[in-house]
Amino acid sequence: MSAALGIIVAFLLVLLALGVLARRGRTMTLEQWSVGGRGFGTIFVFLLMAGEIYTTFTFLGGSGWAYGKGAPTFYILCYGAIAYALSYFLLPPIWRYATEHRLLSQADFFVAKYRSRSLGVLVSLVSVAAIVPYLVLQLKGLGIIVSEASYGTVSPALAVWLSTGALVLYVVISGVHGSAWTAVLKDIMILGVAAFLGLYLPYHYYGGFTEMWRAIERSRPGFLTLPARGMSPAWLISTVVLTALGFYMWPHTFASTYTARGERVFRRNAVIMPLYQLVMLFVFFIGFAAILRVPGLKGAQADLALLRVSKATFPEGIVGIVGGAGLLTALVPGSMLLVTAATILAQNVYRVAVPGTSDRTVAILAKVLVPVIALVAIWLTLRPGNALVPLLLMGYNLVTQLFPLVLLALPRIPLATRAGAFAGVLAGEATVAYLTLSGATLATLFPCWPEAVTDLNVGIVALLVNIAAVVVVSVATRRAFVDELRVPAAAR
Amino acid sequence: MSETVPARPPRRRAYHWLAALPALCMLGGVPFANRVEPYVLGLPFLLFWILLWVVVTSGVMGLIYALDEAAARRRSEGAGAASPDERAGGVARGGR
Repeated sequence: MSAALGIIVAFLLVLLALGVLARRGRTMTLEQWSVGGRGFGTIFVFLLMAGEIYTTFTFLGGSGWAYGKGAPTFYILCYGAIAYALSYFLLPPIWRYATEHRLLSQADFFVAKYRSRSLGVLVSLVSVAAIVPYLVLQLKGLGIIVSEASYGTVSPALAVWLSTGALVLYVVISGVHGSAWTAVLKDIMILGVAAFLGLYLPYHYYGGFTEMWRAIERSRPGFLTLPARGMSPAWLISTVVLTALGFYMWPHTFASTYTARGERVFRRNAVIMPLYQLVMLFVFFIGFAAILRVPGLKGAQADLALLRVSKATFPEGIVGIVGGAGLLTALVPGSMLLVTAATILAQNVYRVAVPGTSDRTVAILAKVLVPVIALVAIWLTLRPGNALVPLLLMGYNLVTQLFPLVLLALPRIPLATRAGAFAGVLAGEATVAYLTLSGATLATLFPCWPEAVTDLNVGIVALLVNIAAVVVVSVATRRAFVDELRVPAAAR
Repeated sequence: MSETVPARPPRRRAYHWLAALPALCMLGGVPFANRVEPYVLGLPFLLFWILLWVVVTSGVMGLIYALDEAAARRRSEGAGAASPDERAGGVARGGR
């Protein structure tokens, strides 16, 4: 075993130990287990949310795209800030409603607001479908870290199997409750490693930042600006809008808002969190610094850039620490995604389909589903292709389709109706599925439209189809829905 | 169900629209800021432009937070019992 791999294994053991400690001596009701008894303050909610946001996507994907695509990677810096500004107004009413009605999951919000269990099932299936590419992304990242840190002794496929085994083990041991503390460790690590590499590499290899940019501009003219077509300004703007709206629509992120003690928590976080985004700058620097030092990584291979440049620069021990930080950014969010998907399928899908299922059966089913979902994710991970960033964008395309429903549900009587909600989600997701599977873009569908339009992210098209369906159907069915809501809720 | 409504919801205020400003400037400016030179703070101009508005977002949200907190304090000091206007405001906000 290489020294680097040894250090990574040591990180894994520390993580497992923290998981055991976090769990010890607690007997938890479902509410305590999933929303922490609704007693978390600013710092903890901040950490929970940051824990979900800084993943292997930011670490390897962000640097990989800086290396492979250049300026389009800047979109990652944009959408968080916009999402946080939006959260100041969006999250308090969601939290108030969730607390008042003692909601536990994201699907519960839709069930309660639109008075429809089947809408809850639909939303649950959509969110699991969105989680899967996000999970695949974490596994790909894990595979990259382990196989790179082994200096060629562990193949990428074996690395995926081994590290997914570690992930399932971690989930089984810690559940979700270890996540706030492990998130602390993870964030300190990624901050330290990203800042160190991001500042050291440009000075070490180029003598400074401006020199680095000049060198990149000389060898790859136009790499530091958005191209005129393809990933143009229109692409960046539409992608940022799409991802900013989808930011809090992820089921685990949505439900983590329920953990807050009060609504002021969100307002404070909206002030602090944009600055936390600045970590991404360092990650970009690492990817850019790698361009001229470890050239020749093509396509999805670009995600290797961060580890390759570390290996080219540092002894094994430091590579091990970098890999350890990467391991944390994949395992901590990965475990949360896995638990969320398993819980959603057991609680919000199976239990609705089979009424009268006991709490105990749901809990067992959720645990059984963890390795099953992991296997599906491994299968998808080992298929060749996608780089990390497109995987996340695919998940966002799916999950952002829920945004209109959440927004329209904020007034006491939702502005959309149940039928409208169904129509919107189905139309939006069908569009996403068609565009993803056929690989169509606006440029292929409408070749003679101007580029400012055809470069738009296709997710925007799905969102517009979605909104149109919601509006048309809701207007047609509004009267009956409002009359029904006025009747005291006997059905609930 | 209204008996458990937690602490009074803050009212909508005109200055809340300030929150949209950084996003509009950041994204609206991208077509014009899409250039390498001049380097600012050692960054290509496009990256600096985005960074600038991320930092401004934090500042603007801090300002809105401070104004909302000040307004909430005035409300709780100003009225031991909520004024009729206050109550109407709460209801109007909850309804459609």
